[in-house]
Amino acid sequence: MGTTKKIYWKGLEHLKNDPAFIKNADKEFVNIGVEEDPGHSRRDFLKMMGFSVAAASLAACETPIRKAIPFVNKPLDADPGIPNYYASTYVEGGDYCSILVKTRDGRPIKIEGNALSSVSKGGTSAQVEASVLSLYDNYRLRGPKIADAGADWDTLDKEVITKLGEIATKGGQIRIVSNTILSPSTKATIEKFKAKYPTTQHVQYDPISYYGIVKANEESFGTASIPSYDFSKAKVIVSFGADFLGTWLSPIEFTKQYAATRKIDEDHREMSRHYQFESNLSLTGANADYRTAVRPSQSGLVVAQLYNLLAAKAGKSALSTGIEKITNLEKAAEDLWASKGNSLVVSRSNNKSVQLIVNAINDLLGNYGSTILTNKPINFRQGNDETMAAFVADAVGGKVDGVIFYNCNPVYDHPLGDKIGASLKNISLTVSTGYTENETGSATLYKAPDHHFLESWNDFEPKKNSYSLSQPAITPLFKSRQAQESFLIWSGESKPEYFTILQENWKNWFFAKDAAGMNFQSWWDKCLYDGVYELPGDEFKGVSFSGDVGAAATAIASNYKADSKELELSVYESYGVGNGTQANNPLLQELPDPITKIVWDHPITISQKDATALGFTNDGESNTQLGTLTVGGKSVTVPVLIQPGQAIGSIGISLGYGRTKVGKVAENLGVSAYPFLSVSNGYVSSTIFTGVTLSKTDAAFQLAQTQTHQTYMGRESVIQESVLSEFKKNAAAGREFPKVTKWDEKVDPSTLSLWKGHDYKNHHWGMSIDLNSCTGCGSCIVACNVENNVALVGKDEVIRRREMHWLRIDRYYSSDGNPENYKEMEIASENPEVVFQPMLCQHCNNAPCETVCPVAATTHSSEGLNQMTYNRCIGTRYCANNCPYKVRRFNWFKYHDNQQFYSVNPAMNTDLGRMVLNPEVTVRSRGVMEKCSFCVQRIQAGKLTAKKERRPVKDGEVVTACQAACSSGAIVFGDMNDSESSISKLLKIEKDPKRPYGIDKKIGNPRAYRVLEDIGVKPNIFYLTKIRNKDEVKEHA
Amino acid sequence: MQATSVLRETLVTGGKTVADVSHDISRQVEGKPTRLWWMAFGVSLSLLVYGAYCCWMLLWNGVGVWGLNKTVGWAWDITNFVWWVGIGHAGTLISAILLLFRQRWRMSINRAAEAMTIFAVICAASFPAFHMGRLWLGFYWALPLPNAFGSLWVNFNSPLLWDVFAISTYFSVSLVFWYMGLIPDFAVIRDRAVTMGNKTRAQVYNALSFGWDGAAKTWSRYESVALILAGLSTPLVLSVHTIVSMDFATSVVPGWHTTIFPPYFVAGAIFSGFAMVLTLLLVTRKVFHLEDYITIYHVELMNIVIIITGSIVGVAYITEFFIAWYGQVPAEQYAFFNRMQGPYWWAYWSMMTCNVISPQLFWIKKIRTNLVATFVLSIIVNIGMWFERFVIIVTSLHRDYLPSSWTMFHPTMYDIGEYLFTFGIFFSAFLLFAKFFPVINMAEVKSIIKATSEKKNSVH
Repeated sequence: MGTTKKIYWKGLEHLKNDPAFIKNADKEFVNIGVEEDPGHSRRDFLKMMGFSVAAASLAACETPIRKAIPFVNKPLDADPGIPNYYASTYVEGGDYCSILVKTRDGRPIKIEGNALSSVSKGGTSAQVEASVLSLYDNYRLRGPKIADAGADWDTLDKEVITKLGEIATKGGQIRIVSNTILSPSTKATIEKFKAKYPTTQHVQYDPISYYGIVKANEESFGTASIPSYDFSKAKVIVSFGADFLGTWLSPIEFTKQYAATRKIDEDHREMSRHYQFESNLSLTGANADYRTAVRPSQSGLVVAQLYNLLAAKAGKSALSTGIEKITNLEKAAEDLWASKGNSLVVSRSNNKSVQLIVNAINDLLGNYGSTILTNKPINFRQGNDETMAAFVADAVGGKVDGVIFYNCNPVYDHPLGDKIGASLKNISLTVSTGYTENETGSATLYKAPDHHFLESWNDFEPKKNSYSLSQPAITPLFKSRQAQESFLIWSGESKPEYFTILQENWKNWFFAKDAAGMNFQSWWDKCLYDGVYELPGDEFKGVSFSGDVGAAATAIASNYKADSKELELSVYESYGVGNGTQANNPLLQELPDPITKIVWDHPITISQKDATALGFTNDGESNTQLGTLTVGGKSVTVPVLIQPGQAIGSIGISLGYGRTKVGKVAENLGVSAYPFLSVSNGYVSSTIFTGVTLSKTDAAFQLAQTQTHQTYMGRESVIQESVLSEFKKNAAAGREFPKVTKWDEKVDPSTLSLWKGHDYKNHHWGMSIDLNSCTGCGSCIVACNVENNVALVGKDEVIRRREMHWLRIDRYYSSDGNPENYKEMEIASENPEVVFQPMLCQHCNNAPCETVCPVAATTHSSEGLNQMTYNRCIGTRYCANNCPYKVRRFNWFKYHDNQQFYSVNPAMNTDLGRMVLNPEVTVRSRGVMEKCSFCVQRIQAGKLTAKKERRPVKDGEVVTACQAACSSGAIVFGDMNDSESSISKLLKIEKDPKRPYGIDKKIGNPRAYRVLEDIGVKPNIFYLTKIRNKDEVKEHA
Repeated sequence: MQATSVLRETLVTGGKTVADVSHDISRQVEGKPTRLWWMAFGVSLSLLVYGAYCCWMLLWNGVGVWGLNKTVGWAWDITNFVWWVGIGHAGTLISAILLLFRQRWRMSINRAAEAMTIFAVICAASFPAFHMGRLWLGFYWALPLPNAFGSLWVNFNSPLLWDVFAISTYFSVSLVFWYMGLIPDFAVIRDRAVTMGNKTRAQVYNALSFGWDGAAKTWSRYESVALILAGLSTPLVLSVHTIVSMDFATSVVPGWHTTIFPPYFVAGAIFSGFAMVLTLLLVTRKVFHLEDYITIYHVELMNIVIIITGSIVGVAYITEFFIAWYGQVPAEQYAFFNRMQGPYWWAYWSMMTCNVISPQLFWIKKIRTNLVATFVLSIIVNIGMWFERFVIIVTSLHRDYLPSSWTMFHPTMYDIGEYLFTFGIFFSAFLLFAKFFPVINMAEVKSIIKATSEKKNSVH
């Protein structure tokens, strides 16, 4: 071994033994300073990268979690997934309806009619059905506000009380302004307030005034009231512009009554006859047997003329005025006279004199006591135009020091609204209790929001001796407060509880008198459970008419003209948004107007003749021009729609639009027609005879119509109709019996099929729709939307013809065209006959949609349903193309959770709105097809209940949403295998003994037909022929 | 007596030799692309990019970006689909049926026609894909694949499913047929590349030619496979458009529900396919100087096919009308009235003018042998055939049974964009094909040039 050591060195530092080298010599890797931070090693980098990639991809994949927290202590009545129903009452904008509120997990999600009510009788309207969404309106006030700044209740109360005190000290005037108040307990509360502040006056007005009727009744019979009407007893109905099926007085109730007179079958071949004299084509006019277009300026004279015609028969002297040559008027007089005591004449006019003549006519016909019940006066629509006008004058004149607007919006919905709005600045105390922002609220200093009606307690007396309750179906969503409590606090009470007060009132008023001896709690629970409480009505004691018809005739003669040459305007209430109270409800905005089929807007309606004269043209795609409408110096620009049936020389426009403080939905929609209403002699009139001009502008405009073709082109396979005189001879009148030609003979199309058919061993669901009693109102559409989470798509998408409605109502006008000439048949008659046809998935037994789907996403159930499997659908739309009824709806876009549809579809795009969604129905995703399911969730629920109770499903247990909403009972749904079901009885179904569960059941009802019977798709929906009570068939298409 | 046959006209003019054929055709592949090619490719590519943007918007936002609505569920999408499938018909017809009928004139045109077929079918297939609401699921749910969804299976009753099979079969057979024909020609290019010393090209084309060795046995196999594939393709020519027509014929929509559709669609497809072949070949011929291979005689023969199929289509239109009147079905009567006099009358009369009247001009020999006239008419025919599908689809749907649902259809920029997208695909692909693949089947053409080729009268 040598002593010399070889030195191996790594570098010069090593060789020289540099101290810097020695320091780190024992380390395997040299620390080369800050560039390489030991905190971030390669491994760390890889780890971090791995984590980031995994986290990013996980975050991207994960579906958002919406927290669902179970109850800590489960309330006794609330079972998750099981709906609860609470009886309550809808009162909004003057309409009344007794309702049942369906709640799921503490959220109201659907409203249905309460059949126990003698007033609304289980019916609902589109507004009632839609009101559940207004509970979740993003535009609701979150709490009290002082001058647009959020405040707390204590501050607000203190300030209001101080100001009230100041006003009281100096003896200033206080006004409470409201719409008609139906609630006895609210009235009592207001009385307490008045007792505290004796200078208070309570002013009641209604957006749509019926004051003329009240005053006419006062003059005729001595009592200022409006009686109940009973259309169900009327064999002949004559209406002068009263749209009693749509908007007049109590349409839900009247629709029920009217429909009862329109139901006919083989064994009952009688129905009421209905005459309508009106200027705009109303829903009621569309249902009339004989409709005559009358200019508004003639309307008073037409009433007078009817009196004259009847007076001649009664041997009484005629009036000093009248009008000749009104089509159908003499015929109407004949029919009325023939049905004395069983007829009814009503008028929309708010002119006291006209209403007085109407009373005289009804008196002449002996209708009081049978169709007109003065013993059961109604309590709604009691607004007093005179006191309201006086209030406006006082407010403008600076005579009012404090005003509280209790759930009303006169700045918008009173003709003198702008004056009211301007005067509020000079009033020291202005309070409004509306639950949303509105025009009046924003003009007041204090906003003391009331609860939504679904959050509040209240009682109502819609008619004498008929009471109802409303109860909260949800804890108040926001810091709102029951307005009655506000009133009591401002009157000096501390911590009033309206519920206790209400209960006490009922205890004193009813329990003590009526149910003494019972346990109060049980009695109260029963009242609450029923939602209504009815006392026996008063006897009809007879009336003696003491009106001065002569004076009325003179007044009419001076007000109306037989041959005015001026353009006239008739303002009507919108069928969707009503008087505008619920304008921010997209369900109503997207509800097609039953006549014009327009959504999200309102046009001026004009006759073809006037349109031609003024240069307006419409095309088949709702393209029109804007017109400038000037009334009494006020001008607006509105699109113009040529409307068949519009009286020549008149135009119409609806109320309910032109809201300015309303929320995203109704912003910038239409114009307000309230300022056009005329106020004369203390009456608000919706017809204006002078100073109306309309001129064409060059601006083009496209309306959003859900139906752009107006006639049914003479297709009897679609609409089958006849007249009563024919029906009396032959119950199958109007039916088309199509035949298919084989090589040797002609056969019924149902006998030829490539398919083997189905056997439904359990249920065979079917539906019948009576075209005769369907009035076309559209409440079924809204009910279907709410029940089935149907997306709302907004105006632009409707213009692209993409509305999503599962159920629509096809409205066809008759045509005078030659049936051989297709082009002529596209043109509606000048004064058309109208037919409404609800159209929904027909649940065909040989469904053309089912065969064409490549992935079997739409299939047939073992109970006759045509079912749609959304999560299997790939969206080829072949099924929609092949659907002869065009009822399938495609999700062109993602309608939920999409900012694009935020304002038109809040129910799927806001956290608040989503609370209304029905958890039993999937919200459909983009790119899938959807359609009516026959409310399969309700069928399943009904079957489940029956199964738990180990019994078959009972008839009437499963009710579709449209059927439940149908006030006229035109829709009947049920099991066609059950021979005891109402549908089996209605259709007179006879089972084929060879194949009792098969699809080819023999339908015994001669009125029942399937739409497009000739193509052999064999729907499970049957339509009953439309029968008009006319003497002869109009030759039309 | 001694039988003498008439001397047939030569199919390839200019007294080409076998070497000339190889040279004339391969040089397009070997040379640098011309400026004209680059310009055309640039335009096609920009169409493709713009179209791709439109497709992306469609996928991102939903089918709603198109102009479809509740009543008209198909419009430009399926119109374009049927139009492209129709165009795709000529290729297989030329290569398969004409092969079986020993029509040797087809040899100069079959390569390009088959390429066109394949690209057209790709374009066509994009529409059923993009028209789906949920493409990301539909592209595989429409196939009968075993799955984990329980007993879920496709619906064999649906004509759309038949389409899936028909189109995919047609596409795969056409592709194989076309590619097989290319193999010997690739080998020619490879061999030339070897001679020229271009290694890369030699390798690429060697791979493309699957190592073709040109042995007699290989040729024999090649011929057998060609014959077998021709036999397989022949029924496909008839079946594809028959099945496409069943999308309509098996429905209940008035105007669709017609038994005449299968033959009428097949005739229409050949009609439009030949027109498209002419449009493309007249350009290719000019640009690549292939006048001796694609002669006036070829053009004339194809024009004759156009007269025949155009007349069949015309007769079909008239028959439909007759049956609508004779059948006494009100909805169908209206549907046909509506085509002529409804809001889409212009589409109908465009169709009639382009498809029925204009091809009749080919009865005049001067016109059918005139290249400019042929080119113009070939485009007119395809415009007409587009309108035919538009008329069938949109005018039938927009006014069907219930007048309440009658609507109009208006295309949006995305409808147009998707159509342009397919033009982008088609022309980009065709230009790449024309540049990198031999546009004329050299192997077959060589079999029809005169053995004793004389280089007389050669005109270049």
